[in-house]
Formats: sequence, C-alpha cells, structure tokens
Amino acid sequence: MATQSSRSAARLMLSPTVILLLVWMIVPLAMTLWFSLKRYNLLYPDRTGFNDFGNYTRFVLSPAFGGAVVNTLILVVGVLVITVVLGILIALLIDQPIWGQGIVRILVISPFFIMPPVAALIWKNMFMNPTNGLFAEAAKLLGMAPIDFLGQAPLASIILIVAWQWLPFATLILLTALQSLSSEELEAAEMDGAGAIQRFWYIMLPHLARAITVVVLIQTIFLLGIFGEILVTTNGGPGTASTTLPYLIYKEALLDFDVGTAAAGGVVAVILANIVAFFLMRAIGKNLDA
Amino acid sequence: MGKITLSQVRKSFGEVDVISGIDLDIEDGEFVVFVGPSGCGKSTLLRLIAGLEDTTSGSMQIDGQEATHLPPAKRGLAMVFQSYALYPHMTVRKNIAFPLKMAGMTADEQAKKVAHAANILNLTDYLDRRPGQLSGGQRQRVAIGRAIVREPAAFLFDEPLSNLDAALRVTMRQEISELHQSLKTTMIYVTHDQVEAMTMADKIVVLNAGRIEQVGSPLELYHSPRNLFVAGFIGSPKMNLISGAEAAKYNCATLGVRPEHIGVGAGDGHWQGVVGLSEHLGSDSFFKVSVDGIGTINVRANGELNVRAGDRIHLSPDLEKLHRFDAEGLALK
Ligand SMILES: Nc1ncnc2c1ncn2[C@@H]1O[C@H](COP(=O)(O)OP(=O)(O)O)[C@@H](O)[C@H]1O
Ligand SMILES: [Mg+2]
Repeated sequence: MATQSSRSAARLMLSPTVILLLVWMIVPLAMTLWFSLKRYNLLYPDRTGFNDFGNYTRFVLSPAFGGAVVNTLILVVGVLVITVVLGILIALLIDQPIWGQGIVRILVISPFFIMPPVAALIWKNMFMNPTNGLFAEAAKLLGMAPIDFLGQAPLASIILIVAWQWLPFATLILLTALQSLSSEELEAAEMDGAGAIQRFWYIMLPHLARAITVVVLIQTIFLLGIFGEILVTTNGGPGTASTTLPYLIYKEALLDFDVGTAAAGGVVAVILANIVAFFLMRAIGKNLDA
Repeated sequence: MGKITLSQVRKSFGEVDVISGIDLDIEDGEFVVFVGPSGCGKSTLLRLIAGLEDTTSGSMQIDGQEATHLPPAKRGLAMVFQSYALYPHMTVRKNIAFPLKMAGMTADEQAKKVAHAANILNLTDYLDRRPGQLSGGQRQRVAIGRAIVREPAAFLFDEPLSNLDAALRVTMRQEISELHQSLKTTMIYVTHDQVEAMTMADKIVVLNAGRIEQVGSPLELYHSPRNLFVAGFIGSPKMNLISGAEAAKYNCATLGVRPEHIGVGAGDGHWQGVVGLSEHLGSDSFFKVSVDGIGTINVRANGELNVRAGDRIHLSPDLEKLHRFDAEGLALK
C-alpha cells in the first residue's frame, strides 16, 4: 500500500473527486467574495463597479448588525446549554432498565426526524398561539392570561423550539457514551465510598467530556445557520428582536434585493463563525485528544 | 479486624441458582482463595461479600456485625477488579487518593497516605501518569494501592492476575503474598488457577456449580480430597482416575493416583505400559503411558530418567498414597 507507484496511483484515482469538491467549494466562495466587493442591487441594475468595501461597511454599520450578532450567539449558547444539560439527564434516565425501554428511546429520538419548518410551525400554531394554542388553553384553565410567546419572548421561544429539535441528537450521543462506561469503574467508585452524586461528578461527567465536546462542536456548526425556524415563526421580529445573522443576510438579499451587501454579510458571517470555532477549539478541543 | 461469616447465602439470577446455600467462616488475617472452574460462581460470591449484589437469602456478618443489607461503602472492604477499574481521567496519585477524598480526608493526610502506598508498591515514579500510560503490572499495583490506602477490614481480589503475562503473573503473585504477610489483613482471592490457589492460600475454598466442594489448607486438599471433583481439580498434572476392574481390586468405584506417586522401573512393576508422549523439563519428566488393561496414565518422574516414546516400562503406584472413591464420587477412608 505504501510503495511509490501505489501512492501515485492512489493520488491519480482520488484526484477527480478532490478536484470536483474543490471546484464546488472554491467557485461559490470566489463569487461571493467578488460580489461582496461590487455594487450589485437587483433594483438598480445600472449601478455597477467596485465600491471600496462599501458593502462591508454598510452591512456592519447597519443598526441591525450588532443585535443580529448578539441574537445569534444567544440562540447558539441557549440551545447548547438546554440540550447538553437535559440531554445528560434524559440519557441517565433512559439508560436505566425500565419497562418499555425500546419505545421510550424511539419517542425520545423522534423530534430529530421532523423537518425544522414543520416542527416550528407545529410549535407556533398548536402550542404557542395566544388564542387557540395548547399553552394558552392551559393558562386559561389555571385562570391566567395567555402569553403571546412569539410576540413577547420571540428569541426565547425560538430557542425552545430549536432545543426541542436538537435534544434527541445530544441525548443519543451522550447515551452511547454513557453506555460505554464500564460498570466495574462505577462499582469501584461505589466501594471507594462515592455516593450517587459523586459518582456522577467524578466518574460519569469526565467520561462524558469527549461526547459533550462532540455535541457542542457539531451543534454549534448547525445552530449558527438556523434560519427556517425564524422565517416561519417570527420573520425576525417583532422589529429585529429575533433577527440573527443568517436571517439578516437573507433580508438583504431577498427582501432588499441587495446582492452585494448580502455577499458581504455572508463573508462577515464566515469570519465570525471561524472566530467562534477558534475559541471553541481552544476551550474544549483538548477533550478530543485521545 | 476482618472476620467474615456467611450463613446459608444464596443468590439466584431469575430462575437460575448461581450460589446455592453457602456457609463459610473467614478468620481475621487469613488469606482465603476461592477456586473453581470458570462460571462456577466465584465472582458472584465475591460480589455478594462486597455488597455489589444483593443476596437472595441467607445472611452475612463482618466482624460480628450484621452486614447482609449494608451498602458496599459501609462494609469496610476494598476490592481489586479483574479489569483493574482505574479511573482513566485521573492521574495515579488521584486514583489512589480517591477513596480518601471521598472519606473527606484533608489534602495533607491524603498526600501522606498516597506517598506511603506508592512507596510500598514501587509507584513513586509514576504518580503523575495516567492509567493509560502504564503497563499491565503497574496498573495492577495502582489498583492495589487504591485498595490499601483505605486500610480495609479485608481485601477482595477478583482474578487480579488473569490479564498479565505468565512471567509477570508469578512476580505479582509473590508481591501479593508478601503484601499479605506485611499487612496481615484478611484477603479473599478469586482465581480459576489451582497453582495460584495452592501457592498463595492459607485456606482454599473449592467451588463447583455454586456449591462448596471442600474447604481446607492447600496440603489438606492435596492429601485428602473429599471427592472426585477436588481430587481432579487440585494438583498439577492432574490425578489419574481409574475405574473398572482395576478399581474393583481396591474395593472402590474410582481409584485415584497422583502422577508423582508412581515409580518407574525397567522390570517387576505393578503395571506395564508403552510410553506415548514424553516431556522433559530438566527438573522433571512427564510421561503419558498407555498401560495394559487400564488406559492412559500420567506419570511424573525424576528429570534424569532416560525414557523415550515407544519404550516399554513398568509402573508401581505408591500403595500408601492411593485415593479411593465410592460410586457417588466421595472419598473412602
Ligand atoms: N448479572 C447476572 N445475570 C445473570 N446471570 C449471571 C449474572 N452474573 C453472573 N451470572 C451467571 O452466574 C454464573 C456464575 O458467574 P460468575 O460468578 O461470574 O462465575 P466465575 O467468576 O466463577 O467464572 C454464570 O453462569 C453466569 O452466567
Ligand atoms: Mg469471574
């Protein structure tokens, strides 16, 4: 497998795929960079040419930008905290030998199979609707005024919906990690005098560290791009209360028809995502080393 | 103190009786070995004593105190697991200190006890490594270190040497015996290897299918096995068991002769046969002899004896050292 000729043959065989993937990646990136430097508004096709990074300054200095960055981070962190904490608790629970374990596990995993816009619409219309949603009914039953979730706490409501969708993923990964913990290790800790909480803290949690890292990294990648749930529930509102970076870019491109600024926003989003990734890897990446 | 008493201890998993009514007294300071074939319930019995399994019925006392329903941590016993069960994310130092930390000991005291244990077990140079960076023997020592810092009433070992290679097994076996001599704490040691049992034990408990076959010192079991199972299990090479007409001459159903209790000569023997396999170890020689009218007999002889495969030899069993068993397999006096 490692002679000179077999290696060059391998390279030759691999090259079509690699080149295809590279083109697939490079062309859109290059076009985005190109558009981001130019005047390119579909409403004013006659205005063309470079504009000295005007797209970037307009996007970054627009009043919605700062809020969108903060909203994006709140969304990501909020969902991560909820899914990891609840995921650990549910994994601990369904790891116990209980009656109907198989069905419980399928039920726990099922939210992951529902498409994001569908899930968001179900939450919006069937649960959170202030006139005929289930939560409103429950509130009325208890004699309280129904809460308009998406109107009064739009970002928190979206976090709730997204966390519900991602909880199965976190639970599943954490459950498999929990099951790989040897029972003798726990028994040894028990004999060493560790109570249930100490066993969790000193034995289970360190064992789960790597799985938690994987959950955090993978979810961060997907959560930074959350868009569909916002589109079908709040449209980024009220005002800009639930506008995130991806939603802001969408607004520039498809509501304001400003392709140039949207491209600049895309580049800014990529840079911000890389900054997040850098700090994440600094903070928890060492957990991935064997 | 570490006196453990079991009375009528039974354990069943569902329908299956794994341990069926065991009575056993373990004296303070004794080195007791549970030995038996794989699957006979040795680990289960040890885990019952440790409190990691609940007894189905029967009771257990530790130092005269009722312990049947005591949680593991309250029994004052320390266990060394077959897989070592070290905490992989902690350094050796933290592994050994863990039980002390759980007991709420101050950092100073912890450090002192860890240093003492590391000194006994030659682990001082490895205190800052993780278990993953240690060899099998070193991991074994860390597991023992974690047990001795607690100063338990008794140590429980579950086949602690089975993951080690043959040479290391002999060394560690001696280290554990020496540890017992210096600590003088009760030790209960589980193994399927009768050599480990014979070399280490003050008292051997032979288990078979969840029952005690015999309890006694190694030499008691060797010289007067109570039944066929013990006779066949204790001793290496195994005792020759002869049935049929030859056994009937001695008024028994089965006649047992240990390979080392058979003399080899060129003429005038009790039995005659042809040597099949011969193994020369230098100090000893082992022969498989196909004896006329009896079948294959294993013989252990002096290493100087020059006998080759195919030779016809005469065998004379030491009549003083024959073992006789009745039809139920029980020894006859
Ligand atoms: N948790 C359990 N559930 C059901 N059967 C078990 C369990 N643990 C052990 N057994 C059974 O009990 C018997 C004795 O097991 P064990 O004590 O581990 O044997 P040994 O250690 O002597 O090899 C085996 O037949 C095993 O299958
Ligand atoms: Mg076992």
